[in-house]
Amino acid sequence: MNNLNLSSRRISALVLRHYYLIRGSIPRILEMAYWPTVQMVIWGFVTQFFIGHSSWLASAAGVLIGAVLLWDLLFRSQIGFSMCFLEEMWSRNLGHLFVSPLRPHEFIISMIIVSCLRGFFGLLPSWILAFVFFEFSIFSYGLGIVAFFSCLMVMGWSLGMIVIAVVLRFGLGAESLAWVAIFAFAPISAVYYPVETLPAWLQIVAWCTPSAYVFEGMRSVLIDNIFQYDLLLGAILVNIVYLFAGIFVFAFSFQGARKQGKLLQTGE
Amino acid sequence: MQKLAIEVNSLIKKFGSTTAVDNISFNVEEGSITALLGGNGAGKTTIISMLMGLLIPTSGNIKILGEDIITDRYSILPKTNFSSPYVDLPNRLTVQENLNVYANLYSAKDVKKQIASLSERLNIKSLLDRKTGQLSAGQKTRVALAKALINDPQLLFLDEPTASLDPDTADWIRSYLQEYAAQRGATILLASHHMGEVERLSNNIFILQNGKIVDSGAPKVLVKKYGRSNMEEVFLDVARGRRFDSIIEN
Repeated sequence: MNNLNLSSRRISALVLRHYYLIRGSIPRILEMAYWPTVQMVIWGFVTQFFIGHSSWLASAAGVLIGAVLLWDLLFRSQIGFSMCFLEEMWSRNLGHLFVSPLRPHEFIISMIIVSCLRGFFGLLPSWILAFVFFEFSIFSYGLGIVAFFSCLMVMGWSLGMIVIAVVLRFGLGAESLAWVAIFAFAPISAVYYPVETLPAWLQIVAWCTPSAYVFEGMRSVLIDNIFQYDLLLGAILVNIVYLFAGIFVFAFSFQGARKQGKLLQTGE
Repeated sequence: MQKLAIEVNSLIKKFGSTTAVDNISFNVEEGSITALLGGNGAGKTTIISMLMGLLIPTSGNIKILGEDIITDRYSILPKTNFSSPYVDLPNRLTVQENLNVYANLYSAKDVKKQIASLSERLNIKSLLDRKTGQLSAGQKTRVALAKALINDPQLLFLDEPTASLDPDTADWIRSYLQEYAAQRGATILLASHHMGEVERLSNNIFILQNGKIVDSGAPKVLVKKYGRSNMEEVFLDVARGRRFDSIIEN
């Protein structure tokens, strides 16, 4: 039972470690907000252009901006989670962490908290920009959108766990996966187009991702003003599978690292 | 009878077809300073990793402070700590920040007081606001030692504690470790291939070669046994295959 203990002090210690790191690094602070902000500006102007040229988009002006905001949320959740782990590998600190009383699940929880904080502060400028310049606020669509938000964040953490499991297994040579892994899901997540646009066989694959339910649900809210509970339920159910898969793959990889001595000698 | 801090029985670690630790057994008494002495690749770091539960043995049993490291790891870890020149503290954090993080990870009682006391004792007060990555090797070693002592460990694992240090700093570290062990009654297990260090610090030495313990004993006893004047000569005898038996025969 001692193995399953949960200490808020140890979790906050690790959150504090990342707070210290980010607080002391202007490039890290800029990096968090840079890409979501650039994306927002580009898609904001694309939307403005299309409003005059597309009757479909004119009827739901926020659909592209909403898609960008939600996609960035998914990306930030995954990268924020993976980055916490990579920072420990880069600083060759894993050995110290795992000979301390810190449990692996406390490590995961602290990474989730840091990922949330990084995501919030990284996306905040783009949310403000969307509101100020394009009069779009995702929050004006109600609590349902927040539920979809949560689904995307959980999916991001699950993929983050799989990414760090791969990095733990193959070393820092696999770190670029942290940046690109999520993009494999972009075509089948139906971010900017409905799932029905995809070929029939790919639609089946798409419905195996929580993100497809979320983006379909978002369009339903933004275009038809209807919150589809079945889509939220679908996203939650598929997310449960993703979350357990992420935990299992991470636990398997962590145990493998303990057998192969990789926690003490981390690197390429 | 003296209590045991470490009990190792029939410990084996294999990486694929390579046997890094080959069926070793040894005990370490509480309050002693014990050294694992051996050349590169002898298995010192592998053994220490297994004693801390960071590396899972292929077979064998390890008891640390009377508990099994595999099943009771998390009740053991708060009573131990570790330092190695090959495992860094985050370079971009200041010394104060690093110590603060680890004091909380080890649930130190009074974090401020503990850091103040350690920085006084280890002479790192002036370094507290500096980034860890900007420190010299000697300064980093003292900071790493402060981290290793942040929870007043009953058992301290040190992997090559004075590697790449100048003689003056290395001597200072050794004196401090002796003082710490004597004052706190703590057990220290150190892995080293620095003969002078091992001879000066240790009550007992295990000499390792190719993952096996090839000899053991107090430094003076080993020196006498091999008919040499210091541990360096003893180590060379062992490393070059001139073992005790052949020395006696000759």
